[in-house]
Amino acid sequence: MSSVAQKRGFGAALWDWMTTVDHKKIGILYLIGGGFFFVVGGIEAMIIRLQLLKPNNDLVSAGLFNDLITMHGTTMIFLAAMPILFGFMNYIMPLQIGARDVAFPFINSLGFWMFFFGGLFLNISWLIGQVPDAGWTSYASLSLASTGHGIDFYAIGLQIAGGGTLMAGINFLVTIINMRAPGMTYMRMPLFTWTTFVASAMILFAFPPLTVGLFFLTFDRMFGGNFFDHQMGGNTIIWEHIFWIFGHPEVYILILPAFGIFSEIFSIFSRKRLFGYPAMVFATVLIGFLGFMVWAHHMFTVGLGPTANAIFAVATMAIAVPTGVKIFNWLLTIWGGSIVLTTPMLYALGFIPSFVMGGVTGVMQGAAPLDYQLHDSYFIVAHFHYVIVGGVVLAILAGVHLYWPKMFGTMLSETLGKITFVFFFVGFHCTFLIQHWLGFWGMPRRVWTYMDGQGWNTANLISSIGALLMAIGVIVLVINIIMTTVKNVRIGNDPWGDGRTLEWAIPSPPPFYNFTQTPLVRGLDTVWIEKQEGNATGLTFAEPVTDIHMPNGSIIPFFMTFGLFIAGFGAMFHQETSWGLPVLILGLAWTFVSMAMRSVKDDLGFHVTKEEIQRDINNAHKGGQN
Amino acid sequence: MMKGLKKWRLFSLLAVLTVFLAGCGQQELSTLLPAGQVGKDQFKLLMLSSGIMLFVILVVVVIYVVALIRFRRSKLGEDFVPEQVEGSHKLELVWTIIPIILIIILAVPTVYYTYKLGDVKAMEEVDDEGNAKHLVVDVTAKLYWWEFEYPDLGIVTAQELVVPTKEKVFFNLKAADVKHSFWIPAIGGKLDTNVENLNKFFLTFDQESKGLKDGVFYGKCAELCGPSHSLMDFKVKTLPRDEFNAWAKNMKATADETPVANAAGEEVFKQSCITCHATSGAGSSGAPGPNLAAFGDRNRVAGFLDHDEEHLKEWIKNPQKVKPGNKMPSFENQLSDQELDDLAEYLLGLSVEQ
Amino acid sequence: MDLNKKFTPETWPEHPERATLEAKNKFVGFWLFLGGETILFATLFATYMALKNKGPSGFGFSTQELYQLPLVFVMTLLLLTSSLTSVYAMHHMKNYNFKKMQLWLAITAFLGLCFLGLEVYEFSHYVKEGFTFGNSAFSSSFFTLVGTHGFHVAIGLVWVTLLLLRNAKRGLNLYNATKYYTFSLYWHFIDVVWVFIFTVVYLMGVIG
Repeated sequence: MSSVAQKRGFGAALWDWMTTVDHKKIGILYLIGGGFFFVVGGIEAMIIRLQLLKPNNDLVSAGLFNDLITMHGTTMIFLAAMPILFGFMNYIMPLQIGARDVAFPFINSLGFWMFFFGGLFLNISWLIGQVPDAGWTSYASLSLASTGHGIDFYAIGLQIAGGGTLMAGINFLVTIINMRAPGMTYMRMPLFTWTTFVASAMILFAFPPLTVGLFFLTFDRMFGGNFFDHQMGGNTIIWEHIFWIFGHPEVYILILPAFGIFSEIFSIFSRKRLFGYPAMVFATVLIGFLGFMVWAHHMFTVGLGPTANAIFAVATMAIAVPTGVKIFNWLLTIWGGSIVLTTPMLYALGFIPSFVMGGVTGVMQGAAPLDYQLHDSYFIVAHFHYVIVGGVVLAILAGVHLYWPKMFGTMLSETLGKITFVFFFVGFHCTFLIQHWLGFWGMPRRVWTYMDGQGWNTANLISSIGALLMAIGVIVLVINIIMTTVKNVRIGNDPWGDGRTLEWAIPSPPPFYNFTQTPLVRGLDTVWIEKQEGNATGLTFAEPVTDIHMPNGSIIPFFMTFGLFIAGFGAMFHQETSWGLPVLILGLAWTFVSMAMRSVKDDLGFHVTKEEIQRDINNAHKGGQN
Repeated sequence: MMKGLKKWRLFSLLAVLTVFLAGCGQQELSTLLPAGQVGKDQFKLLMLSSGIMLFVILVVVVIYVVALIRFRRSKLGEDFVPEQVEGSHKLELVWTIIPIILIIILAVPTVYYTYKLGDVKAMEEVDDEGNAKHLVVDVTAKLYWWEFEYPDLGIVTAQELVVPTKEKVFFNLKAADVKHSFWIPAIGGKLDTNVENLNKFFLTFDQESKGLKDGVFYGKCAELCGPSHSLMDFKVKTLPRDEFNAWAKNMKATADETPVANAAGEEVFKQSCITCHATSGAGSSGAPGPNLAAFGDRNRVAGFLDHDEEHLKEWIKNPQKVKPGNKMPSFENQLSDQELDDLAEYLLGLSVEQ
Repeated sequence: MDLNKKFTPETWPEHPERATLEAKNKFVGFWLFLGGETILFATLFATYMALKNKGPSGFGFSTQELYQLPLVFVMTLLLLTSSLTSVYAMHHMKNYNFKKMQLWLAITAFLGLCFLGLEVYEFSHYVKEGFTFGNSAFSSSFFTLVGTHGFHVAIGLVWVTLLLLRNAKRGLNLYNATKYYTFSLYWHFIDVVWVFIFTVVYLMGVIG
């Protein structure tokens, strides 16, 4: 594939990636985009920890510090963790259900470009020097009081990126509902597909409130609205409710796919079927459902009254039950298995104690009166980093090592992978474990600096050292990726040797149409079943070799998003400049005209002929197993 | 030999104790050393929940470690194919029901304390003569300082909350500009100060602050409120009831007469400061700047700087440098060094505690 | 897919809107999209109810004085009727009667346009009275809720116009049948939202 791209030259390759609607390429784009923002967010984190290294530090100014914490949180959640998970969902999920693409390839591409331009928009704030500074939650009284265009970047950037997320969510849902291969019943779907399904459903219901909330913020700041200005009758608590009605499900949107990745890993590297699969599925759905019932536990100290606090406290604790079910099912999956300590498995094994730690501190904070002490202290910082880093980021790193060979046809170095793991894992606990105590000792979160003599110095120093170790781990990973890409040792369909699901029965990387023939699924872990029965290819086909219908690429998603990107600047500057309003209108018009173009132009896709596929099959056979 | 062992025991005990105490943080601001009933209730919940959670962690870790030791491929052989167990209904039930029980054990006290700590009905109670039974303090959070008004006593102060020990003190919390959050870690959990509504809660202060390191408990703003959020500290002085009454009386008396440590300084104050700051402790909240009636008794300048002339002058000269984003203008070019010296002496002499 | 494949009313499938995989995807996807839209409007409704009649001190507007039920009643009738006419259009679409479907969709669009005209009139009337978007929290939430609905109507009008123009000479096929169908779904959704606006905003505003 790559050699072809080189022959066509750089411009053509770029055009190819900009217009692609192939779920695998879009998956890789998501990984690249998300990876880039992960590094940006990581650098921000490092500066934060350097500033807090010692008391009374003035490495960065108070204002810049607030910029950094806001952008670190926003970037990591919206522009790193979610897109990277979307990358895996995009690449792996259709392969797992035996589909040739997602349901709406065009919208898939649109979703990616909206994420990318939204993220770009948000980060351009650094260039202008007016950066969002009201925390990733942007609570209304502060976000309205904030001067400059910082919060405008937040509101518009997230609006664009959030729109993309919503589209991706609907797309995944429809794909899983309509495009499963014959025999792939719901209760035979791999757990990563299941978690993608539930997370997508949560996106569908969680993101519209965010959209509305961001519009309110945009109206208030840029168009004379009064939703949150209490002097005009507005109410800032509305923002808090809307934000957390979105925000709480959001953390489950992040963690569920992570659970999915780990479920695959435990199963593969224990060489054993996932223990209690139906219970796992049920727990996933239940977590998704309960995730919408607990948002006010972020608001225990807002003063909602004891009744509301008590109800939300109990509801919050209830989530521990399905989560516990999952933990124990994973433990019983490895129990009696044949555990091999590959890099992905190391991450999965590291995940269990880390996530349990984060989970139990979550229950502690669910106890409302106790949360009055813990809320907005460093305890909560420790808690959510234990679930997000100990859960989501470990899953992302595990997923990168697990699926790298599938996506690029070459293995990441196991040695370097393990070095990354050790640095990252040790650094992670070193950074965040001690922060629980900082919270107990009275240190509020989001503080730019702290005075000497409060007993916080050593703990903060330890925490900062841990952050450094994590950074070293990430650097080793980058080196690993570069070395692997340069060496480019090709591997076969199932490099880990114990693949159980459909993606491990097709070439690495798969051809652009994924499956030469639609597979027939005969049970949970269908490839494993086939192999146990002596079918070395792991696949049984549901159809003869026929023509395959594939969608055409399109540049329109790029253009549509670009219009929104331009319109965003117009909206932001329309109050103080004369060009703002025309640019806003022009940008929106550009988007709508592109949309109408798409609507009016027939796009019927193209066919890969039977002969071409037969040729590919023959070539694969000639090349032996690989 | 025995003696050596005993010594060693004593030593290790001491070491453990030191580590444990260090793990508890500092008395004036640690939630682990609660000095009030609210904080103690919350600490009880912390102990209960930590106990349950440590039990959960222990169970998980034991299963995990045993599995890791027993079921390694290096031990079982490269070709070993484990039995493909589907699951177990019995086990699923076990790890559904036991967590539910654990959660009920935690949920019952949680609900109980939620209502207990949320009960502010007593706030309105009056005795036969119509006087309020309990002390009520109106707290207004501003960029970046705290105003404390005692409506029933007719006095107001700032930055340093003074309260009587061993009784319920009720608080009305409000923010004047952006949202803040009122938190005295060693006394009890926080409550937000919202911009659009009054929040009410109570705290009790069981311990006198006199014996503490700085003679005060530390209070914090716990909600991001702008650049100087981290510097928005306040201090809490807790006194026995009779000393508190005396303090309140003295505060009230400042309406008629304030101590003048430096007459020239008083002139400077009247020229430059009086539009925002009052030196009379009698009155109500709403001033543009903190009330300075008891300034000389305070523990910190601007809530966090050492309380001495040098830091006070540094603050007056350039408040934006010390606490970015606050509302006080700079006096660097408006006051001469002599005027600054006089003013500082005057301010540090404002005291109600002599 | 073959655009030129000719059908007769007899060979036309019973559910042309989900006769192919692409069509089925669009069908399911659109339903899900409407699910998300429901949450979007629910949030707007909740905000409106929280901010109803709220304004700066001395605020002079209230729902009782502001709203004029007769006008809103006419608007409701127009939109409800347009929903009915879109049902007729889909009936003819399923019977492979292209001309009649076109006619009924055009009537639907016309009724929608009338509705939108009245809404513009209503809004301009409020603005003239001084009840502008930036006047208060109440006005912001009112214009945002009702305006978002109006925006949806406008989008629907552009959509159906483009559909009718683009396919004016092409007749029905399995490619555009789904497009007509999803439009009618969308139009019903808008109608349902309006029923809620009529009840929650106008009726409860004047009577409640």
